[in-house]
Amino acid sequence: MEIPYTVAAREDTGLNNGKIGIWLFLASEVMLFGALFASYILLRVGSVEWPHGYTILNVPLATFNTIVLISSSVTMVMAWASLMRRRLGTFRLYQGATVALGGVFLVVKYFEYSAKFHHELFPSTNNFLGIYFTLTGLHMLHVIGGMVVNAWLLGPGSKLYATNPEWFTNRVENSGLFWHFVDLVWIFLFPTLYLL
Amino acid sequence: MATTKTATGHDVHAADAGHHEELGFFRKYVFSTDHKMIGIQYAVTGLLFLLFGFSLMMLMRWQLAYPGKAVAWLGALLGDARMPGGVMLPEFYNELGAMHGTIMVFMGVVPLAVGGFGNFVLPLQIGAPDMAFPKINMLSYQCYFLGGVTMLASFFVPEGGAAQAGWTSYPPLANIATSGQTWWLVGMIFLITSSLLGSINFIVTTIQLRAPGLSFMRFPFFVWAQFVTSFLLLLAFPPLEAAGVLQLMDRVAGTSFFMPTGLVVSGQVVQNAGGGNPLLWQHLFWFLAHPEVYVLILPAMGIVAEVIANNTRKPLWGYRSMVYSLGFLGFMSFVVWAHHMFMTGMGTVMSTFFQTTTMIISIPSVVILTALILSLWGGSIRFTTPMLFALGFLPMFGIGGLTGLPLGLSVTDIPLHDTYYVIAHFHYVVAPGTLFALMAGIYYWYPKATGRMMNEFLGKLHFWGSFVFMNLVFMPMFFLGLAGVSRRLFDGGETYQFAQPALHYNVMSSWGAWMLGIAQIPFIINFFWSLKAGKKVGANPWEATTLEWAAPSPPPHGNFAHPPEAHRGPYEYSVPGRRNDYLPQFERAEA
Repeated sequence: MEIPYTVAAREDTGLNNGKIGIWLFLASEVMLFGALFASYILLRVGSVEWPHGYTILNVPLATFNTIVLISSSVTMVMAWASLMRRRLGTFRLYQGATVALGGVFLVVKYFEYSAKFHHELFPSTNNFLGIYFTLTGLHMLHVIGGMVVNAWLLGPGSKLYATNPEWFTNRVENSGLFWHFVDLVWIFLFPTLYLL
Repeated sequence: MATTKTATGHDVHAADAGHHEELGFFRKYVFSTDHKMIGIQYAVTGLLFLLFGFSLMMLMRWQLAYPGKAVAWLGALLGDARMPGGVMLPEFYNELGAMHGTIMVFMGVVPLAVGGFGNFVLPLQIGAPDMAFPKINMLSYQCYFLGGVTMLASFFVPEGGAAQAGWTSYPPLANIATSGQTWWLVGMIFLITSSLLGSINFIVTTIQLRAPGLSFMRFPFFVWAQFVTSFLLLLAFPPLEAAGVLQLMDRVAGTSFFMPTGLVVSGQVVQNAGGGNPLLWQHLFWFLAHPEVYVLILPAMGIVAEVIANNTRKPLWGYRSMVYSLGFLGFMSFVVWAHHMFMTGMGTVMSTFFQTTTMIISIPSVVILTALILSLWGGSIRFTTPMLFALGFLPMFGIGGLTGLPLGLSVTDIPLHDTYYVIAHFHYVVAPGTLFALMAGIYYWYPKATGRMMNEFLGKLHFWGSFVFMNLVFMPMFFLGLAGVSRRLFDGGETYQFAQPALHYNVMSSWGAWMLGIAQIPFIINFFWSLKAGKKVGANPWEATTLEWAAPSPPPHGNFAHPPEAHRGPYEYSVPGRRNDYLPQFERAEA
């Protein structure tokens, strides 16, 4: 049995199933991070003292990480654009760069975290560090999730290209939408936690 | 070569339509991607959880009616950690209370109403071959199942058993509770994931896989109800997930998101960073849990609308206004949550805002209920079992809704909030309300799922027993509540001076609960017996008009022999000048 509009768009909506699905998923993600940001605001305005992020956290490292993630969004778009032009080789290159940049982000994050632990700064130390570790930790899980999907599309998932390039391109586009969302969350997290 | 290719293409298509390939046991019943099997999995698991959650309550009702009285066989069964010598420990009572609420709401009613009926009926009603993402659908059920297993397993956690902080898990109590609470949080994260995956699937399926000609205003009301419900699940659950993550951090990583500074527990100041806010949890929790109320009630309204239109042989009265009300309800349900929190000492500006929105949201509910009641007017009503349950729903939901009005206004809510009145109110909405509608749905769509009718006599026995005893359980609670009896006492108020004149209502309510349990036996017998011995039926035994009745009963994999088309609105009953009194959506032209 074949599910209609898995690949081709439905005439009256102009969209395929996966596209609507990923946008709905992102809507729920907005609610998830929205609730966490709201919690951050409530905890901060209700606190007696709340440190400025830059006094505790490493701003240069985080700036570097911001650049890394934005670059990975660019390579993600390029990967998709290469597929639209049906150039599998260039896609592999850009997709590989996207996954690698995700890896760089994680490595930097690892050094940041271990530096905090080294200085005896734990989630339990105060609510600023608590919400810092919770928000960045959850964001990191999203980065790992996006990397797993992107790596799969680079490796075994790319077999689909041979039989149904359009479907494969759609998958890369949807995975890219998620990756951009993860990037966007970081762009909100960075000033909120590090600069304000 | 080219001809072979075309021929193969056609062959594949023909084989797909016929589905002669037999799946193995595991692929067919356990790891199924067929929306009908997943729907049945959800429904059966949900029914089992309803029975289990109800059993917990029957235990609690003993303690409430006869506090401290020993039941030797229960003591032997449940062990010394729970009922030493047959006398219930307060900790065990708390476990039962917290898990009754959690199980009934998150693992019973919602999975049955949305996972069960939504999965089974919605694709059929829109003429789709399956859900848009069948594998994600399977994953949704599996997450639900794992969540259920986690919750059940938590009863056997060595230190303190299951969660004891109520189904709302308010901190700081939940933060300092025994480790069962951590299991509860993990279980909830599974259940939230499950409903997220399910709701995305429902929305995409509804938008994309509609049959040709089935425009939104030709949707059966049930499809609309599921559609709006899915949006509520999609957008309201993530904040609870966020809250769950924060509470998990509090419990596991020692953060203080919900822990205020200087909290004293058992005479000792809790050693942590402090500075947290317990009210934050309440806001996040009720931001989910108020829309959740509509997740509980909207599918029920959808089922009742289907059953009433079919059994009055009339179009629904005011279909359009019902649909608009539904959309408005869905939207408004996101801005009323703090009416659950009038007791938290919020300022008058806040409480005025939330009681105003609460009064506004009651309008669309009343519009829908009124439209359903007016739909009865002038109909030649068939009193089938599903119709009896649907008719029972109307006054029961009415009582539940109207008794909610005093709770929506802070001035009357404050004296009533911590009493049994609240329990009576929301149980009238969910138990004789939603559950009756779900029962109506089971009797109504059972022939579609199995190809056989359920027994009418046993069905009527089930209905009348349930109807009488439901009221016997919950009506006395209004009186208990108005007498001022707190709903948080594990002895039912025995040690509470002012409760003395009202205590006999506890006994009445408890006997009602146990009799209600007995009244479900005809249903259980009926459910299994009809599988084998029920009267065999064709595609459309109720002479109904919506698309699911175009498919064979039970529908094969892929549902329809020929993809159906919708030619008209959903409820064309008693069209003048027709030889029979129904004109299905799928029938091409006037006969």
